[in-house]
Amino acid sequence: MADAPAAAALGHAGIDAAIGGGLARGRLHELFAAQPEDAGAAAGFATMLALLALPPGAPLLWLRQDEAERGAGRLHPPGLAEIGLDPARLVLVVLPDPVALLRAAAEVVRCPQVGVAVIEPWRRPRALDLTASRRLAIAAEASGVTALMLRADAEPGPSAAQTRWSVTAAASTALEADAPGQPTFDLELLRRRGGPAGGRWRLEWDRERVRFREPALPRAVPAVAAGGSLPGAAPRYAR
Amino acid sequence: MLPADRFRALHPDTPADQPLAFVEKQRGAMRIVAVDARALRLGIAPGLTLADARARVPELAAIDHDPHADALWLERIADGCDRYTPMVALDPPDGITLDISGTEHLFGGEGALAADAERRIAALRLHLRHAVAATPEAAQALARYQTMPAPDEAAAVRRLPVAALRLEEEIEVALGRAGLKTIGDLAQRPSAPIAARFGSETVAALDRLIGHADSRIVPRRPLPALLFERRFAEPILRTEQALLTISELAGEAAGALEERRSGGRRFAVRLYRSDGLTRDLAIETSLPTRDPALVVRLMRERIDALADPIDPGFGFDMIRLAVPMAEPLDASQFQLEGGSVSEDALAALVDRLGTRLGRGRVRRFAPRDTHIPEQRALPLPAMDSPAPAPWGSPVPGEPPLRPLHLFDPPQPIEVLAEVPDGPPRRFRWRRTHHDVTRFEGPERIASEWWRVKVERLPDPEPSVVHPDPGRDDLEAGEEMPPARHPRPLLTRDYFRVEDARGRRFWLFRYGLYGSETDRPCWYVHGLFA
Repeated sequence: MADAPAAAALGHAGIDAAIGGGLARGRLHELFAAQPEDAGAAAGFATMLALLALPPGAPLLWLRQDEAERGAGRLHPPGLAEIGLDPARLVLVVLPDPVALLRAAAEVVRCPQVGVAVIEPWRRPRALDLTASRRLAIAAEASGVTALMLRADAEPGPSAAQTRWSVTAAASTALEADAPGQPTFDLELLRRRGGPAGGRWRLEWDRERVRFREPALPRAVPAVAAGGSLPGAAPRYAR
Repeated sequence: MLPADRFRALHPDTPADQPLAFVEKQRGAMRIVAVDARALRLGIAPGLTLADARARVPELAAIDHDPHADALWLERIADGCDRYTPMVALDPPDGITLDISGTEHLFGGEGALAADAERRIAALRLHLRHAVAATPEAAQALARYQTMPAPDEAAAVRRLPVAALRLEEEIEVALGRAGLKTIGDLAQRPSAPIAARFGSETVAALDRLIGHADSRIVPRRPLPALLFERRFAEPILRTEQALLTISELAGEAAGALEERRSGGRRFAVRLYRSDGLTRDLAIETSLPTRDPALVVRLMRERIDALADPIDPGFGFDMIRLAVPMAEPLDASQFQLEGGSVSEDALAALVDRLGTRLGRGRVRRFAPRDTHIPEQRALPLPAMDSPAPAPWGSPVPGEPPLRPLHLFDPPQPIEVLAEVPDGPPRRFRWRRTHHDVTRFEGPERIASEWWRVKVERLPDPEPSVVHPDPGRDDLEAGEEMPPARHPRPLLTRDYFRVEDARGRRFWLFRYGLYGSETDRPCWYVHGLFA
């Protein structure tokens, strides 16, 4: 299992070529939100990668801290369903502190029946150093569990991750009546083990085909003058 | 006496001859509710006001009465009494009743059992009065009211005062006026006139006391089906030894469970200290098991996770393993070890995490049939292995309509809208301005008035408006505990919005402008991917 981890193709030719066919399963990957405000986009990207890397029937274990549940918002299972992941496959583990989180993460990643583990430390814990990350990477290689380290509010530091990504929210392709469209990101490959890094892409999530795609070219949207009347229409309240 | 004994146990430096009184405020006056033996000898009785008592005995020490702590103390002592029989009942406020039928021979007879209990309780420096009788009521009455020895139990009960019936005070007074002072006086009379004059409960209490009516104690806990225990001649001190014993007991339990073709879902260990106190450890598994190694591994996790380490005191002299919850488990599954490991490894992982962290921290989610977003997903402990429920699939082609992160409670924001009932143009959240470029809405979600009366949302005034000067900006916005005020139920108008930088939010306006409120508040409720 450890010799040739199957790659989970992202569906976007440019990225798949840049990372050798897709996201390597059974490895540790790091996802950074470019800014703390991009936490939602980074969590969404983590969910999508998890969905791509999940073997059929295997569960997704998501490890968070109390602070994240309080400060960054609770993980909302209906939101996972909207991305395409069945919430029944989710096991959420909420940890009191970063040390407990890393300890639990080591156990989770070691268990071969886990499909994907999303590990979400709150901010920049001191316990998460090169040693901790190497431990996770080795465990992931031995068990075949894909580990996604999600950092919503942190700077990249030394780590043993296979790939490292920076996620920024991007304006979506508007739907009718100028409604926000499908999840869209600006993605940057910051680092790749054993290969060249670099590369920026704009991706849109295609839930129905479970893959990423390039966003359609923005069609001409009539600019809405500030203060002007809006298409989309405010509700009329009958009384 | 129990409050005084507890006080002296907690404050061992209290002088032995210091009279103690426990006071409570009753109808505006400090009244004595309990005393110790020394105060009683000085003529201080419960019911006296503290001022009167102080006038009689100036050196009296008055202590606040704490019935709750006394009850907890009694519970702990009752836990220790589990060693004699599993049938233990509390007799508030200060009694414990044991049903020792069938267990006394293990200790060498009633007398030896009572002597053993007396010795242990004396080690705790408690005053103890005990009695052995055929009915629980007789034993309780004898322990409380017997003043002189009697040739046999029946005679002793007959000599008890009528107070031993524990009736209401008026009935007691009426019995006294009629010249009926003792149980014997009452028992030799026909019951019909007594029932007519003093009420049927008097006769019923009398029947229970003298054993004419069958009466049982209700044990504090239901008896587990399987109990295994080890007693030690020499108390053991080390946790490792205790774990070794637990593993042996788990081995015995495995044999018994296999005979019943079942596996345990919950295992409870009780460590009995030689001084009468106990310590409980319990583990649960998400799949029925009878693997002693697994039980010991989980027990070790539990011990490692304890906030205060196990204090053996002078050692444990008995360890008991109970299996309070068992489920069918076929023998074949036990033998086919290589076969269905896949589920087992995950279940074992969930058990390990749940045992160490607490069962509520490892969650699975079940959908609930409600429109209120924060109540849509019901977290359940993963150890209970809830059956997977269908969540319903999203509409093809639609973008995500529900956020990935949901704030509970919703976070108040300042919103600029063109008209009070229009969509947001600009909003300020966590000290950052967001210009809305795209929006969709409103999606109107009415409150479920038939479920709850009052909804609690944080104060609409954003906490960032008055930040603490010394605090970090982000901190002030995020960690300020939201002030919550009960509000009437209002309708929410949800908007999916995207700001100029591509971030997608879920905002709602709380209250319909004009009909429900004149100043609708805005909240951010979630973040989209």
